[in-house]
Amino acid sequence: MMQTASPARAGKMEAGRRSRPSFEAWSWLFMRVSGLALIFLALVHFALTHIVTDVADTGSDFVDDRWANPLWRLFDWALLTLALFHGLGGLRWIIDDYVRSPGRRAVIKVSLYAVALSLFALGTITILTY
Amino acid sequence: MIDVELKVKRFNPDSDRKPHWQTFTVQAEPTDRVLDALHTVRWAQDGTLGFRRSCAHGVCGSDAMIINGANALACVVLVKDAVGGGGGTITVEPIRGLPVIKDLVVDMEPFFAQYRSVMPYLVNTDDPGCTERLQSPEERARYDDTTKCILCAACTTACPVYWGDSEYVGPAAIVNAHRFVFDSRDQASSERLDLLDQRSGVWKCRTAFSCSEACPRGIKVTQAIQEVKRKTLFDRS
Repeated sequence: MMQTASPARAGKMEAGRRSRPSFEAWSWLFMRVSGLALIFLALVHFALTHIVTDVADTGSDFVDDRWANPLWRLFDWALLTLALFHGLGGLRWIIDDYVRSPGRRAVIKVSLYAVALSLFALGTITILTY
Repeated sequence: MIDVELKVKRFNPDSDRKPHWQTFTVQAEPTDRVLDALHTVRWAQDGTLGFRRSCAHGVCGSDAMIINGANALACVVLVKDAVGGGGGTITVEPIRGLPVIKDLVVDMEPFFAQYRSVMPYLVNTDDPGCTERLQSPEERARYDDTTKCILCAACTTACPVYWGDSEYVGPAAIVNAHRFVFDSRDQASSERLDLLDQRSGVWKCRTAFSCSEACPRGIKVTQAIQEVKRKTLFDRS
């Protein structure tokens, strides 16, 4: 089975000759950068909603106050986007690692992307129109 | 001399459907190597025990196996380090992720096919004339670590990603690509990076560090893989 690995690789190289980083390369970089950003975003979010404000007071009034400032909306949107796609990237890797059948892999990935995009759209609409 | 229990995972393709453990008791000096204990079994107790070894001095890379749960060369690990001073049990298994042919012998062909796939040779079409291709000590030092590879497969078969997906090119192949990608005399680093810039290439690495831990030559394998990743993204000539 592996004997075919070598010609397949070489063939791919000649056909699609690229000297730019691939999607896989950028997605790896995204995971690193978003991971770093999320340490800051998630900790600030956690501190504000659980420590600075008592959890019992974290209601719609609290959201009203905070989202009066567009910068907080941007903060929350960044947290939503990065956390969602960081998690999506991790799940994509796990699926690639463990789901061996190409058909099942495609089905699971398409469902996952659909759920992620819906959540992203829902969250974005909420933040923009609240 | 101490008594050592050598617990070997055995598999005979002619009669076994799955592997089983067999324990041999051998006398060994504490400073003997695990390989010597295996020799004692094969030469004096059971001539059917299958394992590979060639140089027996940690250079040829033939006798990588799992000793007490960790990948190592049987010709490098001493009996006293494997059992402690007072005797005891040493477990020996074939390396994981490659098909077992018999006992401790695995089919290395998938591993070598992945090695060959990354163009592990110098590519330079310029004619240097009747002289060597010169290189400064600094240029040579850049890839010194990855020249140490002996292709024993200890790193690749210690990689949890490789166990799950044999399509992954594996740490050893990346180490050997690194050796030429960072060689100032080489002209094919772009092709090699294209080969590795795939889902089954460097991006399959999850930075588990098992490879670095397993390497009997002490190569910083994970670091080499990260350097190839970084070059793929930021330094594509």
